[in-house]
Amino acid sequence: MERLPDLLIQEAPWAGLVMGNHALVRAMIEAGTMVVSTYPGSPTPEIAEAITSIAPEKRPMYFEYSVNEKVASEVAFGAAINGHPSAVFFKSVGLNVASDSVVQFGLMHIEGGLVVILGDDPGVNSSQNEQDNRHFCRMSYIPMFEPATPNEVYLMYLEAARLAQRRHMAVFLRLTTHVCHAREKVSFGQYIPQEFDWSPHFDSSKEGPYIAITKTVFPMKARALDRLGLVEAEGDESPVNAVLEPNGVSASLGLLRGVISASLPAMSLMENLKDSGAQLRLLKLGLSYPLPRKKILDFLRRHDEVLIVEELDRVMEAEIKMLAYDNEIHCAIFSRSDEFLSGELTSSRTMQILRQTWPEIFTPKLGRRTVEASVVPRTPLMCPGCGHRAAFYAIKKALPEGAITVADIGCHTMGSFEPYKMGEVMLCMGASSGIGSGLALGNRERRVLSFIGDSTLFHAGLPGIVNAVQYDHDFLLVVMDNGITAMTGHQLNAGSPEGGNISIEDTLKALGVKHIRSIDCYKKDELGTAVREALEIKGFKVIIAQHPCMLQFSRKTIRKLGEMPGLMSIDAEKCEKAYECSSVFDCPSFVRGEDGSISVHRELCIGDGSCRPSCPHTALELKKRKESAR
Amino acid sequence: MKEANIYLCGVGGQGIGMLSEVLIRACMEAGYDVMGCDTHGLAQRGGVVQSHLRIGEHIYTPLVPDGEADIVIALERLEAMRGALEMLREGGSVIYYNTTYQPMRVRSGAMQYPSQSDVEETVKKLNGNLHAVELEGLPDPRMQNVALLGRLAELELIEGLNAAVIRSVLKSVLPEHVLEKNLEVFSRASNS
Repeated sequence: MERLPDLLIQEAPWAGLVMGNHALVRAMIEAGTMVVSTYPGSPTPEIAEAITSIAPEKRPMYFEYSVNEKVASEVAFGAAINGHPSAVFFKSVGLNVASDSVVQFGLMHIEGGLVVILGDDPGVNSSQNEQDNRHFCRMSYIPMFEPATPNEVYLMYLEAARLAQRRHMAVFLRLTTHVCHAREKVSFGQYIPQEFDWSPHFDSSKEGPYIAITKTVFPMKARALDRLGLVEAEGDESPVNAVLEPNGVSASLGLLRGVISASLPAMSLMENLKDSGAQLRLLKLGLSYPLPRKKILDFLRRHDEVLIVEELDRVMEAEIKMLAYDNEIHCAIFSRSDEFLSGELTSSRTMQILRQTWPEIFTPKLGRRTVEASVVPRTPLMCPGCGHRAAFYAIKKALPEGAITVADIGCHTMGSFEPYKMGEVMLCMGASSGIGSGLALGNRERRVLSFIGDSTLFHAGLPGIVNAVQYDHDFLLVVMDNGITAMTGHQLNAGSPEGGNISIEDTLKALGVKHIRSIDCYKKDELGTAVREALEIKGFKVIIAQHPCMLQFSRKTIRKLGEMPGLMSIDAEKCEKAYECSSVFDCPSFVRGEDGSISVHRELCIGDGSCRPSCPHTALELKKRKESAR
Repeated sequence: MKEANIYLCGVGGQGIGMLSEVLIRACMEAGYDVMGCDTHGLAQRGGVVQSHLRIGEHIYTPLVPDGEADIVIALERLEAMRGALEMLREGGSVIYYNTTYQPMRVRSGAMQYPSQSDVEETVKKLNGNLHAVELEGLPDPRMQNVALLGRLAELELIEGLNAAVIRSVLKSVLPEHVLEKNLEVFSRASNS
């Protein structure tokens, strides 16, 4: 059996089917990247999974899950200014957290070179927004590579790492969800293991200043701009910025046409050109910031009409139009219509853009079927046995009318969905305490309750809590503590018993929180009573609703025993079809028959028993799986 | 078939990752250029999971365009219906495992779960071919994916994607302690 961890550190070149995230890890290893840090977030967790799949004693780098993206970036930066090639990666909105530090990177001399890897999410597959992080390179004077396929992820990381080391700077590598997760055959090069030089090379007297403040900023900024100029000159010559002509080139109606694009949309366009046979050129940018102006000007001059196809905002377009204006270029430059400013630019959608722009060249395919019927939606939900479900069920029953609930990021965000509707407003990681504080101001009528997860509490939740303690803001914070960063695949965090093992309760006590209760989520009555009592207390109070992640627990148990020992069953004589278990508690293990009867799905139920208190007629019984009939 | 779009779907936890892994490797073994992509939503369990697999010489992007799947492979009945409606091309094939995982709206009684004949009708409207798979006495429901692979091998909808190729990939991908049972299921489902 071929094993990924062995292949990743194999010295001889190899070729294999890999996803973009895994191709990246091989590139890090070949490049000799010494320090890698992250905070888990989609679409990047598989990068960390691949790194940690290599046993620590064989792992050719230092790796850590930092407490949040900002700290992860600072750790990588610190290592890099000490001369050690480093990389940091995180999800799209992770850059918002990290940006306070990252925007300074462009001003610094980074001896070892630093690659900042972003997992942007056009199409909002798993994030709050689909922010376009290309804006950040403009704000921070940091160049950006944009690979479009797993092969390019591998090659461009190597390029980015080389550039970062050669020019002693930070470089962005921007991935998007379906570049991270795409899989294809990639040919890797040789890996030559090296004895890492861990001696500290930091030298502020020679390479400084490292403190940007008041007037010191100006020369630092000038150096950053100079460096960008040098990178631009490289980009003008680099093969990563390539003119492609899959079908040759010819004028149509006397006009020469071209498209400028980058990242996955450029591949969508290649597919469109292949399908249509249209003879036009594509300028595909791999090093997209700073824009290779010479190459772009040349492309504009050679064409009568140029269309710009970029995912999300009009970032390149604005600069290219400015460039054309300054250089009195007479090429017509076309844009996407506003409907294409959001969502992924898949090949179907880039074809629509081409048709809107040049209907005489890209004629609609005839006889394409249309889909009209609708089908029952399947919304994301919490796993069977999840402590969050038990907690939401109990808390919802305990809340007074009109109470306002504030959500945060994590598995427990799904409590905001039907049927629980626990969490009516959310911004980002750790925001629930601040929002709860504000909602409580001057508010005498409606109680306020905020949720936060354990990993998020350490990530960005502490300042909101400190603030709530200082001003004794009048709301209840419920910490949904499952002891792990579950949503992104069970990474250990600062609070995890096998991770940092920092006690949340002790931390809150030390911060001066006066009212703290820790309760197991499965104890419905106790949790409900605690919520009612806490809401009677004026000021800031916390309930820690604990239960370990049951997905992780059931996986471990099944691996050991082959199946979960318990199984819920319904006593048909007692069941009065109240549907509390299936509709209000809403565990997916309950199945509603066409006759309205309720039964238990053997494959889903883990026999945890968390549903039991929900039945008003005590019809739910926990049995041994072996003894209950199929 | 020189080029093909295959769309796989199911419910989180059903083992779509293994199914797509085996299939993409088998296509590569059969000599095709491949590109694929697994996608999943927010939930670890119970949400819709999909995987895209494209074979052919000039594939540049990993996602199968809507309504252009030659083959839809579903691990569950409702997802077979959704997969067919959203992804199947006219005249394509649907292979699904006939098991059911009710979503919230069905559990609450607000909506009806589709029957087998609902799926049949949907696929018929698209002039497609439908293959429902159900294997008696599976040792573990997590082997439904292997049963689907078996039927796919038996049908050999893609030239060269036969039982011998898939069996050899199963041997290289599955951990040893579950291999034998899975190969048994595969043989039974593929009649080979």
